[in-house]
Amino acid sequence: MASQTVPHHHADETLQHHFANPAQQKDASTIGMWVFLLTEIMFFGGLFLAYFAYRQAYPVAFASASNKTNLWIGATNTTVLICSSLTMALAVHAASMGKKKLLVMFLTLTLILGGVFLSVKGYEYHDKWVHHEVPGYHFDCEGCQDAGHTPLFFSLYFGMTGLHAMHMLIGFVILVVLIVQSKKGKYNEKWYTPIEMFGLYWHFVDIIWIFLFPLLYLIDRSGRGLS
Amino acid sequence: MSDHAEHHIVPKRVYFLVFFALIVLTWVTTIVSTVDLGALNIYVALSIAIFKASLVVLFFMHVKYGTRLTKMIILCGLYWLLLLLFIAMADLWTRGWMGVPGR
Repeated sequence: MASQTVPHHHADETLQHHFANPAQQKDASTIGMWVFLLTEIMFFGGLFLAYFAYRQAYPVAFASASNKTNLWIGATNTTVLICSSLTMALAVHAASMGKKKLLVMFLTLTLILGGVFLSVKGYEYHDKWVHHEVPGYHFDCEGCQDAGHTPLFFSLYFGMTGLHAMHMLIGFVILVVLIVQSKKGKYNEKWYTPIEMFGLYWHFVDIIWIFLFPLLYLIDRSGRGLS
Repeated sequence: MSDHAEHHIVPKRVYFLVFFALIVLTWVTTIVSTVDLGALNIYVALSIAIFKASLVVLFFMHVKYGTRLTKMIILCGLYWLLLLLFIAMADLWTRGWMGVPGR
């Protein structure tokens, strides 16, 4: 990286001494965050691989079991999560303009929309529970073909959506901290790196869902995989 | 040329356009999934998902306006993910191609 060696005469308490200038400091944060997110992508990648491998092995069971998910609830929830990504992007925008009230408002909206998403997810989990679609002793995939292999689909369903939900819960905790800090005026248009880095995390969680939605809800919907 | 991310502020209009595209694509992919396209269903669904994810990465995550180093690191990470998925799946896809002697 070409570093600018413009000396900083003014005292900038947000610039740590080992960085040449704020731009270099921000680049370092961005790269660090992306490296973390890439490890997360590999983390989820193992589950995606397990999904593809078992779907390849038992296509009928997967087609049959995935039709148990509720398409319209899934699509609505995807919409809710995309809305929360928009409010997060607008929060970063507000931070970059130094608009404190807007920043707090958009962060709060992001938290609320995330809460709506997880509530709907909770409703879906409950629905699966009462219909005996949770793998275990009482499991019963009613009317499924190749029913013996359908617990594989549901295990992956709960594993993948559960890990995604856990990421959202962690996001809620961080959001609350950021909202409190923003209210106290910790961030301004010159320095709002934590807001921006959290934005990357939140959008990453959105991207994981963008792939979970078609894999778990959509691809066998036309009933083609069934005889 | 300095390769630092400039203090680039993305206009709000871009966010709303991307948001609109994401919502439309979500409902398009949902409705298309109920139509029997034969073997194409999975490719259509995953192509739309990849396109949506790209929009999020480029605009919401500001990668379009980021440094070349950031872009390079992301591409390396995605390449690594493709290795994981394709090498493992290439094994499973091709196992039936050749008979195993003695079986």
